[in-house]
Amino acid sequence: MNSPLQGLFPNIDDWGELGHACIDTLLMLGGSLLLTVAIGLPLGVLLYLTGKGQLREMPKLYAVLSLVVNVLRSIPFIILMIVLMPLTYVLVGTKLGIRGAIPPLVIGAAPFFARLVETALREVQHGVIEASQSMGATTWQIVRHVLLPEARGGLIAGITVTAIALVGYTAMGGAIGAGGLGDLAYRYGYLSYKSDYMLVTVVLLIVLVQLLQMLGDRLVARYTRR
Amino acid sequence: MIRFQDVHKSYRVDGRDVPALQRFNLDIADGEVFGIIGHSGAGKSTLIRLINLLERPSGGRILIGDTDMTALTEAQLRQQRQRIGMIFQHFNLLASQTVAENVAFPLRLAGESDAAAIRQRVDELLARVGLTVHADKYPSQLSGGQKQRVGIARALANRPSILLCDEATSALDPQTTASVLDLLAEINRELKLTIVLITHEMDVVRRVCDRVAVLDAGNIVESGAVADVFLHPRHATTRRFVNEALPEEAAGEQMPFTHVTGRILRLSFRGDATWTPALGRVARDTGVDFNILAGRIDRIKDLPYGQLTLAMNGDRVDEALANLRQAGIEVEEITPSPENRA
Repeated sequence: MNSPLQGLFPNIDDWGELGHACIDTLLMLGGSLLLTVAIGLPLGVLLYLTGKGQLREMPKLYAVLSLVVNVLRSIPFIILMIVLMPLTYVLVGTKLGIRGAIPPLVIGAAPFFARLVETALREVQHGVIEASQSMGATTWQIVRHVLLPEARGGLIAGITVTAIALVGYTAMGGAIGAGGLGDLAYRYGYLSYKSDYMLVTVVLLIVLVQLLQMLGDRLVARYTRR
Repeated sequence: MIRFQDVHKSYRVDGRDVPALQRFNLDIADGEVFGIIGHSGAGKSTLIRLINLLERPSGGRILIGDTDMTALTEAQLRQQRQRIGMIFQHFNLLASQTVAENVAFPLRLAGESDAAAIRQRVDELLARVGLTVHADKYPSQLSGGQKQRVGIARALANRPSILLCDEATSALDPQTTASVLDLLAEINRELKLTIVLITHEMDVVRRVCDRVAVLDAGNIVESGAVADVFLHPRHATTRRFVNEALPEEAAGEQMPFTHVTGRILRLSFRGDATWTPALGRVARDTGVDFNILAGRIDRIKDLPYGQLTLAMNGDRVDEALANLRQAGIEVEEITPSPENRA
């Protein structure tokens, strides 16, 4: 191939592989983000509701949930991936590739996102909840029609932060066989001293994070009314 | 009828019971506007929240009609709450929803799902509070008075028989306060619903309430018809509230009349007596001389009243006072005392 790119990045001989790696990263990100929100949102709501002075105050349940969340958040992601390998194998039938990466990504990110959800819900004014109670709303109606819509801006901001954290996690996952941009950067850039690989993957990751942040900020602005 | 029977309430703070409301009994009649006045911390927020059980009493019963609110299951309580509207000092509207959606919210909570029926009811309510043109705005685009009108429309959505007002005008400027109070009075008149309001302003009580209870440190220290309580306050706390509601020059008690000659009297007129020329007639008939020191004429809800502080001189003052009393005017003699000189 005789393109100007080859002059700039002499070691990159297969741009198709780079493209694949991009797609793998996006797939891992999309899949794990979806599941993280699906698990973290209800978990965050539960943390909020069972917290001190809240609608369904349950100190023991809250303490247990809180402990589990803190433990999972304390373990460095790279260790978490290795520790979880047997469970990953049971869940998805492989420890490698995109499929193998998703369980540890979700288990690592969901507790983090749940805390962000809890914080966002606490920002909802108590008066609005009291008003809903005075109208005879059930707890579920308050969650569905008051808490989630009123906290929408904060929740979107939380999803953005979580997505960006997941980009970092997927790159780490690359080191132990998950594939994607992290895998390329590690194998070619670090193990084979091809620093142009490193540069390109890092730039791509920066662009990805920038895009996520911009999109998130826009959505927050669109859905926050104060 | 809202009836409090031997109700008391205390909170547990650090393992100790801190009383918020001492044991009390209170009846609020159907269709009246009942005011509860007290300083902050007196227990009035707790008292009003006992009615819809946002606060559970530590003892006693709360009856609405024949229903013992304290004996209801969760589901029954939610049903009852739909019949009790409530508005708040800080409005507590959903910031993420439009005005129309806010007003529709209690209808949806009550299980109404017919969009046309909801729209029709919302239109009616917005027309009543004068916000039809703002239906599609968000609360952040409205003024305080407009937000409270949304709150009122929302509170009325399920056709409640009781409306609770939690310091509903305390965050509003005087003019807006007056227009919101007028709206509440109109609603009370036209919909015949019972209004219970709490406030720390005697002026709010004077403008709209039929009866009032004065709350001081968790005790109801005085209650009765607003005119009686306002014109003849007995408890020190009540007197302070009444004086706050009067312009300084009319709060005669605070003035030292030591340099004034004659007997110092306070005359209270109510209703029709306010408009009769009794004072002039009595003065002419008995030949007494009088000198007005302070006074005002105003209304307590729809009842006109006047209060005059005057000094009276002459030989037949006692006869003049008897004549005034006969004309339906209440007469009190104020003797300047050392404490008034302060």
